[in-house]
Amino acid sequence: MKHETPMLDQLETGPWPSFVSDIKQEAANRAKNEKNVDYQIPVDVCDDLLGVLELSFKHGRTHWKHGGIVGVFGYGGGVIGRYCDQPEEFSGVAHFHTMRVAQPAGKFYSTDYLKKICDLWDFRGSGITNMHGSTGDIIFLGTTTKQLEEIFYELTHNLNQDLGGSGSNLRTPADCIGKARCEYACFDTQHMCHTLTHEYQDELHRPAFPYKFKFKFDGCPNCCVASIARADMSFIGTWKDDIRIDQEAVQAYVGGELKPNGNAHAGRDWGAFDINKEVIDLCPTKCMWMDGKELKIDNKECTRCMHCINVMPRALRIGKETGCSILVGAKAPILDGAQMGTMLVPFIKAEEPYDEIKEVIESIWDYWMEEGKNRERLGELMKRQGFQKLLEMTGLKPDPRMVQEPRHNPYIFWKEEEVEGGFERDINEFRKYHQR
Amino acid sequence: MAFISSGYNPDKPMEDRITDIGPRNYEEFYPPVVKANKGKWLYHEILEPGVLVHVAESGDECYTVRAGGARLMSVTHIREICEIADKHCGGYLRFTTRNNIEFMVDDKSKLEPLKKDLESRKFDGGSLKFPVGGTGAGVTNIVHTQGWIHCHTPATDASGPVKATMDVLFDDFQNMRLPAHLRVSLACCLNMCGAVHCSDIAILGYHRKPPMLDHEYLDKMCEIPLAVAACPTAAIRPTKVELPDGKKVNSVAVKNERCMFCGNCYTMCPAMPLADKEGDGIVLMVGGKVSNRISAPKFSKVVVAFIPNEPPRWPTTTDTIQKIVEAYSKGANKYERLGEWAERISWERFFEVCDLEFTHHLIDDFRDPAYYTWRQTSQFKF
Ligand code: HEM
Ligand code: HEM
Ligand code: SF4
Ligand code: SF4
Ligand code: SF4
Ligand code: SF4
Repeated sequence: MKHETPMLDQLETGPWPSFVSDIKQEAANRAKNEKNVDYQIPVDVCDDLLGVLELSFKHGRTHWKHGGIVGVFGYGGGVIGRYCDQPEEFSGVAHFHTMRVAQPAGKFYSTDYLKKICDLWDFRGSGITNMHGSTGDIIFLGTTTKQLEEIFYELTHNLNQDLGGSGSNLRTPADCIGKARCEYACFDTQHMCHTLTHEYQDELHRPAFPYKFKFKFDGCPNCCVASIARADMSFIGTWKDDIRIDQEAVQAYVGGELKPNGNAHAGRDWGAFDINKEVIDLCPTKCMWMDGKELKIDNKECTRCMHCINVMPRALRIGKETGCSILVGAKAPILDGAQMGTMLVPFIKAEEPYDEIKEVIESIWDYWMEEGKNRERLGELMKRQGFQKLLEMTGLKPDPRMVQEPRHNPYIFWKEEEVEGGFERDINEFRKYHQR
Repeated sequence: MAFISSGYNPDKPMEDRITDIGPRNYEEFYPPVVKANKGKWLYHEILEPGVLVHVAESGDECYTVRAGGARLMSVTHIREICEIADKHCGGYLRFTTRNNIEFMVDDKSKLEPLKKDLESRKFDGGSLKFPVGGTGAGVTNIVHTQGWIHCHTPATDASGPVKATMDVLFDDFQNMRLPAHLRVSLACCLNMCGAVHCSDIAILGYHRKPPMLDHEYLDKMCEIPLAVAACPTAAIRPTKVELPDGKKVNSVAVKNERCMFCGNCYTMCPAMPLADKEGDGIVLMVGGKVSNRISAPKFSKVVVAFIPNEPPRWPTTTDTIQKIVEAYSKGANKYERLGEWAERISWERFFEVCDLEFTHHLIDDFRDPAYYTWRQTSQFKF
């Protein structure tokens, strides 16, 4: 190896896959270059990446500088500029920009596609990736400024593949696996994610928003992509009608033939399955009971928390009248504290061509683009101007399902048109009956 | 290393330009068994840790082997993943939201050879390339951010502490003994790319020293008004400073007591670095969740205000995490998430059973929401 890395070397042992060993193998492969690749960025980029990381381990500080403006022509995002603050010693990573490549919905891949991605990144970049970044994109980690347009050209011309979003625009939307392999999915997350991603390519590539905006699609309230915590707009599958019950299968769980929760608790002896203790008593709305050998659900009272279905997937299935809820405003703590998504649309059909959903999206964007301050997330704008304003701007009707509880104070900002007779009155008429 | 053009012409960037084509269509990438049964799955079961079967109305079965991995991976590693998928899975695979790799086969007979193959592959340094696990009531892969490998504001590394933590929690990656699933996440600064603020256990990098001011260069390197505007707490103001040589320059002053150590100023102005070996380290937050199962989604709460960075293996951090996991494993009821357990037994009891010290740093004092985290009832536990 080009640099000694005694601290990183200690991360090569232990069972969990070692990123250090992996980068070392990449460094060795680049040095050997068995396939005779005409590397477009320094051959020793991976050696220098390890070298600079070792230095950070030693110093307890990063050695990367903020990027400056790099990108591809016409796009406002998709590239994150990065330079090393020790370029003389680690010239291979002096320029080390990231590219965000839009991932396919559901993150399914054919090996044919992945190999082409690898060939391109081997040839024009460091060969190091993130599969995937936190937003969902494939991340190409580390290339030089000169290669950015070349990579973009090859992606679009040879791989039919675009960059993802960064900056003050729509970020690459992400979804759970949903109907592709999950029996709980209430709508086709991949179809909706893909369709809306294509519909809003302009918003994704050209920053016109006050700040970043994220969509995420969860097929059911289990929220496998954490939409409720990290998307400005989260789409969470739900249903309106009854949970479908297979009473025979319920008895099979009761009798122990079927393992609860798809066998997820097999690592410990929790004793025999007890439907009262494990399902009925844990139902948050207490809307289930046993009537002899029949499991009953008062579906009108069910809040669709998924617990009973998760515990007995072969006995209970989601309803048939499915759609999604839309929650808005989630964000990480910076700055006024973390915010969970707030229920805006309790139920909406989630079917092609998604016209109703697009109407909600666009009304929210219109509002936010008009009223949002620079670098104000939607959730912060909602906090600043209030939920009423959001209703006004989206034209939605107030509904108790939008709140956890009614307000704690009576300080209502009545509008003039809401009060009979308006605000203008005749003081002289008043004085006829009330002395000064 | 001769430059090879892709065909792009820098003099005419718009020539043949293709834009706004988005990601590839997912339909191209479904394995046949998924394509045939999409939307028609009946139920699933975990056959053993890391191995799932999904059964469709048609009777078709999809067997999935889930393997952990560092999300930071090389093309050599991805090619190896492809080689495995070509050999066993008809050339298809997928990644999960939590950076696991899923290999799917349509027949039970293909399962054992696939599993054996995955388990046999090791890196030269000795670690597993494809540990099978990450299902059910256990720990799955840690979602994390960039850290010292790529970002400019981190207060800790990401891949290093993740590797160290997963080594320590490895048994729980391959075993489903916990009361419910336990999600661990890491973000290397308070910006928290990703969603660590709703994790059962969140490892968060945090700076504790305000920016240093490189007065001599500040005005040359930065737009001072932008640096001033970048500060969320309005701690920065423009000022004139006299350098040791008597020269007066435009610069900024920082009200240190207002600084929340976010690094936004440094993002704006490279002459305001704040990273520091002693100042930087880790905050542990626990008890968050995103699922709506039984109780509503919750935020994670800060239970350890600071642990120094201890590269390469962050032993105090991983020991503390292990202690919390053990206390949770012992104390929680079946199906109870870490946050639900802590709320049931009370936070005062949580600190006791986890053997963690409660310090003044753990009482919220940041803006309005803080008040509602203080105790407003006569009920508490001794
Ligand atoms: C002022 C605050 C913030 C700053 C200065 C900031 C800065 C950055 C930077 C520089 C990166 C690129 C890291 C790299 O690849 O080198 C990044 C990535 C990212 N940021 Fe932020 N960020 C901020 C707030 C947030 C917030 C609040 C969120 C989430 C709600 C967020 C989500 C993300 C995500 C998901 C990524 C991709 C990270 C990954 O894949 O590891 N950021 N951020
Ligand atoms: C108020 C000042 C600024 C703040 C608070 C700020 C904050 C951020 C944040 C939060 C990100 C993360 C973006 C993401 O991952 O989506 C980012 C990225 C970035 N910033 Fe800044 N920034 C500021 C000014 C600037 C300036 C003046 C420049 C250039 C001279 C710049 C260049 C970049 C670049 C190149 C990226 C990465 C590319 C991208 O995400 O689009 N920033 N910045
Ligand atoms: S969110 Fe629901 S539908 Fe989507 S993968 Fe998770 S459990 Fe399945
Ligand atoms: S989904 Fe939740 S609320 Fe509805 S019946 Fe089941 S446990 Fe009760
Ligand atoms: S969490 Fe902070 S330090 Fe880490 S990658 Fe994101 S912005 Fe950078
Ligand atoms: S670190 Fe953040 S709070 Fe502190 S001075 Fe800089 S911008 Fe302001």
